[in-house]
Amino acid sequence: MISKKILFLLVSILIALGIFIAFMRHEQTGVPFVSSENKDVWMVEARVDFQAQENRPITVSLSLPSDTTGYKIYFEQSVSAGYGFNVSDKDGLKRGTWSVRQAKGKQTLYYKAQVVQDTAGETLLAQDEPKLEAKDEILWSESESIAAKEILAEAYAKSSDDISFTRELIKILSEIHTNQEGSLLLAKRKYIDVLNKLLDDAGVIHRMSLALELQDARRNQSLTPVIEVLDRNEWVLFDPKNALQEKSKNFFLWTRGGKSLIDIVGGTNARVSFSMIKQNMPALELAQAHFEEGGFGFFSIHRLPIEEQSLFKMLLLLPIGALITVFMRLLIGIKTSGTFMPVLIAMAFLQTSLFLGMVNFVVLVGIGLILRSFLSSLNLLLVARIATIIVIVIFIVAFMTLIGYELGFNTGMSVAFFPIIILAWTIERMSILWEEEGPKEVMIQGSGSLLVASFAYMAMVNDYVAHLVFNFPELHLIVIAFIILMGRYTGYRLLELYRFREFKGI
Amino acid sequence: MRAFINPFALKKSGILGMNSRNVEFISRYNSRKLFPLVDNKLQTKLLAQEYGINTPSLLFVVHYQHDVYGLKEKLQNISSFVIKPACGSGGKGILVIKGKKGDDFVKASGAVLSVEEVIRHVTNILAGLYSLSGDQDSAIIETLIEADPFFDAYSYQGVPDIRIIVFQGYPVMAMLRLSTKDSDGKANLHQGAVGVGLDIQTGKAIHAVMNGVKVLTHPDTKAQLDTIAIENWREMLLLACSCYDMSNLGYLGVDIVLDKNRGAMLLELNARPGLSIQIANSKGLLPRLREIEKVALKKIRVEERVDLVMNSSLFCASEK
Repeated sequence: MISKKILFLLVSILIALGIFIAFMRHEQTGVPFVSSENKDVWMVEARVDFQAQENRPITVSLSLPSDTTGYKIYFEQSVSAGYGFNVSDKDGLKRGTWSVRQAKGKQTLYYKAQVVQDTAGETLLAQDEPKLEAKDEILWSESESIAAKEILAEAYAKSSDDISFTRELIKILSEIHTNQEGSLLLAKRKYIDVLNKLLDDAGVIHRMSLALELQDARRNQSLTPVIEVLDRNEWVLFDPKNALQEKSKNFFLWTRGGKSLIDIVGGTNARVSFSMIKQNMPALELAQAHFEEGGFGFFSIHRLPIEEQSLFKMLLLLPIGALITVFMRLLIGIKTSGTFMPVLIAMAFLQTSLFLGMVNFVVLVGIGLILRSFLSSLNLLLVARIATIIVIVIFIVAFMTLIGYELGFNTGMSVAFFPIIILAWTIERMSILWEEEGPKEVMIQGSGSLLVASFAYMAMVNDYVAHLVFNFPELHLIVIAFIILMGRYTGYRLLELYRFREFKGI
Repeated sequence: MRAFINPFALKKSGILGMNSRNVEFISRYNSRKLFPLVDNKLQTKLLAQEYGINTPSLLFVVHYQHDVYGLKEKLQNISSFVIKPACGSGGKGILVIKGKKGDDFVKASGAVLSVEEVIRHVTNILAGLYSLSGDQDSAIIETLIEADPFFDAYSYQGVPDIRIIVFQGYPVMAMLRLSTKDSDGKANLHQGAVGVGLDIQTGKAIHAVMNGVKVLTHPDTKAQLDTIAIENWREMLLLACSCYDMSNLGYLGVDIVLDKNRGAMLLELNARPGLSIQIANSKGLLPRLREIEKVALKKIRVEERVDLVMNSSLFCASEK
């Protein structure tokens, strides 16, 4: 066993190193220690995957976003080895073009843009916009035409101008859509096309555009169709599924007026996916951090593609959860089922929300325990038992998602974020515990796990913590130092002071 | 009334905490490679036989499923026995057969089992149903312990056992565990059994607790607990301490049962003995462990170690 002196030396070296590197990084790249609340800065990344056709020159043209209402593009960049890249702006339509003489196999191109949310930004004017393209016309059948007229009349009666008319129309249409009655219009056609046609019929000047819904740390997203309506020289954005123009819903317009998102020559199976990450720090300093060559700028997570960055944003929070778990177990003495299961539960809470996550967890484990008790009469071997429970858990998750959907909670979906295998093990462990020690012990360990998980969640969801661990990964050295220190703590746990309280008089 | 005790007061009373036990005693004195020895009851038993330590006699072992078919003949001539999983924990999977009724077997509770049911139980053990890891296991069939009539008044079902903490071969603390109606015949304190702290020098009761609260009588039999005195205490300590020479585990919990005919027998060893023995004794382990750390000598005979603890006032000084 290493002596205490060496241990303390090691711990102090780790702490000193962590602080030193963090401070140097702060000095060199100017990344602040405290996240400032100025503006939300989004790093958005479009990733184009396609299969190159052999011996043919390749040209890929991707529609690119420009400054729009509420957003300003701060800087943009393309990462793609061997390709020439150029941005053209024609008729107010911005496109990025990659080209190469020849390439082989699977190709991946990246376009990265830093977007600053700017509510005071300029509004879009009609004359700056590309011309409307002729659309594929939908032709109503006779019965459809009657239904369409009815809907238009209803919306017209309840509205005063183009904007309120559009809002009413979306409201009526989305009700029909969800109620599934009178869905004559929607039976054979896409929702967005029907809405488009109805607006055409009504003579409202509008267009269909594609927008990216900005949500923090998301990967593999695609664009959402939105409707823009012209109102006194100004384009107003509508979410076609939701009549209320929610400002909080972060729609970032990507391609406008029904122009194609991607054109490709010399390649097949093109696919565009989007990743994004929210950063809040002064944009200038952020940019500095990005372009710093060598030194600390080089060893920075910001240099990774956004897709990996979003992953790391979550991953780098894990040690904080682990630290909390170590603290709760060794210093407080809370019993949890499975050593680090609370951290994984907390990660799931990050995706859902604390309350919903807890409800989901309790319901899932509860149902699992009931079904597991039937299983135990089958006398299965452990591996087979766990495998069965995994399948059962997936069934429960699917079932809860369905129920949630039917009841109109989107939140049922969030169950899917729970790590299935971990849940299966939890259920197995708890049911063994139930048989051996009784329900009381199950309650103690179950609520212990949830308690630790919620503390871990609270630490991990904290903006300040998230900012520090992401921008100063070296601070994890300090986390390690604390974990080592706690690992050698031989004093009493808080709950032991309760357990041995009878010794007061001695 | 405060629910917590001041940590400094607790330190003063010498209570050993979980962290301290794990870091300063278990990981320092118990080498990991020795753990399988105590986690597998069959290995413990075979080793004990090698060292001449008294254990319930092993009738036979069933390792493989195909051995199960010979079980019927083997059990025919035995009237009472116990079937245990080798790697079971917490008393799970233990089947106690008290006697026979025709071709059928009678359990301790009085229920009657057919041969087929006994065989199915063995099959379950082999499949790993009761082993913690769920791996394949072996079934041990051994003679039934007949509790010393001395304990009849003190126990509800179940056989009482004596837990002795042995540190570096020296006896440190002891308690008697008596099953109750609440504990369902089991002798685990956290399941509601009564723990009677025994004076390590004399084997006489000094304190008794149930569910963490002091008790004076057994809740079911109403017998006085403070008059309990274990006979042949020195033999008991000798048995416990020789387990150190056998297992080499520096921090060890030894569970001993008293048989009517064969006297003290080793039931099982525990490499991570719990802390509640301190509550049963109303004394902390830490001063005693520190005292032993000062005086412990390697290579001295078990009698000398036991006599040192029994005859000198080794622990009295630190506990004044």
